[in-house]
Amino acid sequence: MEFKENRPSGAHDPVADNGQSAMARSTAELEQEFPKRHYLNSGYGVKSWLFTLDHKRIAILYLLSITAYFFLGGLAALVVRLNLLTPYSTFVRPEIYNRAFTMHGVMMVFFFLIPAIPAVLGNFLVPLMLGTKDLAFPKLNLLSWYLLVVGATLALLAMLVGGVDTGWTFYAPYSSIYANGYVVLTALGIFLAGFSSILTGLNFIITVHKMRAPGLTWFRLPLFIWSIYATSLIQVLATPVLAITILLLAVETIFKVGIFEPKLGGDPVLFQHLFWFYSHPAVYIMLLPGMAVMSELITCYSRKPIFGYKFVAFASLGIAVISFLVWGHHMFVSGQSPYAGIVFSFLSFLVAIPSAIKVFNWTATLYKGSIRLDAPMIYALCFIGLFLIGGLTGLYLASIAVDLHVTDTYFVVAHFHYVMVGATVSAFMGGIHFWWPKMTGRLYSDVWARVAAITLFVGFNLTFFPQFILGYQGMPRRYAIYAPEFQVLNVMSTAGATIMALGYLLPFFYLLSSLRNGKVAGPNPWRATGLEWQTSSPPTTFNFDTIPIVKVGPYAYNPAADEAEDARLELIETEKKLIEARNNLAVERASGDGLKKEDLDS
Amino acid sequence: MAAKANSLTLETSAAHGHDDGHGHGDPNLHHHFDDMDQQRESHVLGMWAFLATEIMMFGGLFFAYTLYRWSFSEAFHIGSMHMNWQMGAGNTAVLLVSSLTMAMAVHSAALRDQKKLMMYLAVTFVLGAAFLVVKYFEWSHDFHIGLVPGLAWHYYDNPANFGELRDLAAHGVSPEQIKMFFIIYFCMTGLHAIHMIVGLIMLAVFLLMGRKGSFTNGNDQPIELGGLYWHLIDIIWVFLFPLLYLVGGISAVGGGH
Repeated sequence: MEFKENRPSGAHDPVADNGQSAMARSTAELEQEFPKRHYLNSGYGVKSWLFTLDHKRIAILYLLSITAYFFLGGLAALVVRLNLLTPYSTFVRPEIYNRAFTMHGVMMVFFFLIPAIPAVLGNFLVPLMLGTKDLAFPKLNLLSWYLLVVGATLALLAMLVGGVDTGWTFYAPYSSIYANGYVVLTALGIFLAGFSSILTGLNFIITVHKMRAPGLTWFRLPLFIWSIYATSLIQVLATPVLAITILLLAVETIFKVGIFEPKLGGDPVLFQHLFWFYSHPAVYIMLLPGMAVMSELITCYSRKPIFGYKFVAFASLGIAVISFLVWGHHMFVSGQSPYAGIVFSFLSFLVAIPSAIKVFNWTATLYKGSIRLDAPMIYALCFIGLFLIGGLTGLYLASIAVDLHVTDTYFVVAHFHYVMVGATVSAFMGGIHFWWPKMTGRLYSDVWARVAAITLFVGFNLTFFPQFILGYQGMPRRYAIYAPEFQVLNVMSTAGATIMALGYLLPFFYLLSSLRNGKVAGPNPWRATGLEWQTSSPPTTFNFDTIPIVKVGPYAYNPAADEAEDARLELIETEKKLIEARNNLAVERASGDGLKKEDLDS
Repeated sequence: MAAKANSLTLETSAAHGHDDGHGHGDPNLHHHFDDMDQQRESHVLGMWAFLATEIMMFGGLFFAYTLYRWSFSEAFHIGSMHMNWQMGAGNTAVLLVSSLTMAMAVHSAALRDQKKLMMYLAVTFVLGAAFLVVKYFEWSHDFHIGLVPGLAWHYYDNPANFGELRDLAAHGVSPEQIKMFFIIYFCMTGLHAIHMIVGLIMLAVFLLMGRKGSFTNGNDQPIELGGLYWHLIDIIWVFLFPLLYLVGGISAVGGGH
């Protein structure tokens, strides 16, 4: 395997850095290449953003909001981890601890993970990848952002004021008859976020069906689109069930009637069925978009077509279909019928097949590729490793016998963090880094980006691997107080979380600094295939000057062409250096003759 | 119908075939669509996807209904006998006719027949409102005799129910299960009524906006999409009616099995 270090056009060349004048000129040249008109400068002022119908601007709005929610959820996680440093809940009172993990779960699941990749990268990229001007319903797209923001604000205020401590799963009747009304308000916030998610998914489905560029057949679509499409199906079909569950919860709380409360004749397991009917597929709303990003990163940075395109495409749909049939594995100890348990266990194992197809195909794509370890690729490799652990421990949990032992322990916590954070957030970060030049037109510092990616990987494993052991040894989740023998592993976990926090803070500095100081990226800094790279960076408001006509499938990477391009660029670089050297020589001679450089230039 | 749609399609593409695929001429075309066909198909598919979300949302309630009817089958049988099936059947007929008039409204809009469009929209509106009026009488009756859980529940105190309560006790059935039937009944018909109100608002907007012929100038798509929504709420009622009103048998003609 060949590890290439060279970065394409616009990359820092240490030799060129020595020649100050040459660098200054080439930067100025590049600055001129920066598009004059693009979506970011098509209008100024708050109104041009708050009333925008441009899918790219809406994506930026989403990016800003979900980043805020991510940090709020992260603060709650900080409280949780600090409190678990000691076995006796010394940092905060146990009630506060319960509120902190509830807030962490609600913010991260409903307001960060679910909108993260679809609403930011999906919104930005789906029309670009399809070669169209916008999504099918731009107004609904904007509405869905407002729904998310209103929902998040409502849920956040309700949780802070009301001290909601039910956990993000809101199991009834603890969340209804025995709770104050703030739980219903929080749930109402989630209800609104749910409609935001539905509208986003609906928009994508219609856009993919009806608005593909001429020649862009289904099997010429990038796998990003296939995976986002599968996600959208889940968003549209599963989220309404969450909506009705929340409404029933509200009815039970407000009218004090027993729908779920057994004392009043209701069935609490019904709540769990309804809740997990949404929330298990929701796991794939979070994961499938990560897989969408992966297929783009792996191919670009191994310079190869994807191995088994159709298998990866149909694996996405397969995951979406099976995701609707496995919710009962969250309820092996709930008292549901053991026969149902066996069926759910079997169906849960089935999910491993399409998931494994994807992992094997990405790995096979790496084989004999000319791999470049840029920051997005490091995130992608992190994804494969962490998803492997998260996915395989999922099989442990799908087998009833093991699940009975580790239900509601840190084993489960570690498992889903490996999938949700290890896989999805890695993919999100990788995607942001990959498409950052497209979104902003600027290149960030790749060195710092790699440092951040590796920091995250180390911090993540230190945080969550000990939790597998803790869970297997029997430490239950959601308790502020634990047995003293678990302290060492908990301290390791908190230490890891600190490193992770650093890994999440770093991108703020180099990404924001790239906006001001970053080099101009040009339309296609990574030499990636895909329609989004064929327009300017940042793109204009309507994306393409002329609607592209697609004649080939995706991922037509060609290492031979890359080499020719490398050679051409090297030639240009050498030529520049020659000219520079000649100029310097001339200047030296001229200064010897008492002349100035300006005279010579003129 | 299919032939007509095809001829319309041909007409549209012929009209815009030469101006590089952009229907600049049509004022109803949004800028991000290439032509009217694409816009029309996108909107229709979008509406169907939305209807799918509605079905899943009601699906959760039907799931709850199925669970409790399975667990409390005697109680659901008895609870259902408290329903006024005549009113329910009448309302079913009203909604079915309203579906017909809505379909006629869609047809008239496509034919650009302003007078008929307004008439059919108005009739549909009146029928939808009539449904809600009947529902109001049913609910207020339930309220007066104390059959509304959470708001007015006097089922156990009402002497008229004492016989029934004895029967339930004889079968070892908890009277709480009767309450569950009514909870489910009000949740299902309540959510349906909310959708009816949304539908009526939609029809009112059509009636107001359509006065000046804004749906008969080729811009008939809002009516078509509204029609799809209206048919969906009608279909949901067609399922609600037997599940809630008829599972107990029709008491007035001999009752029970």
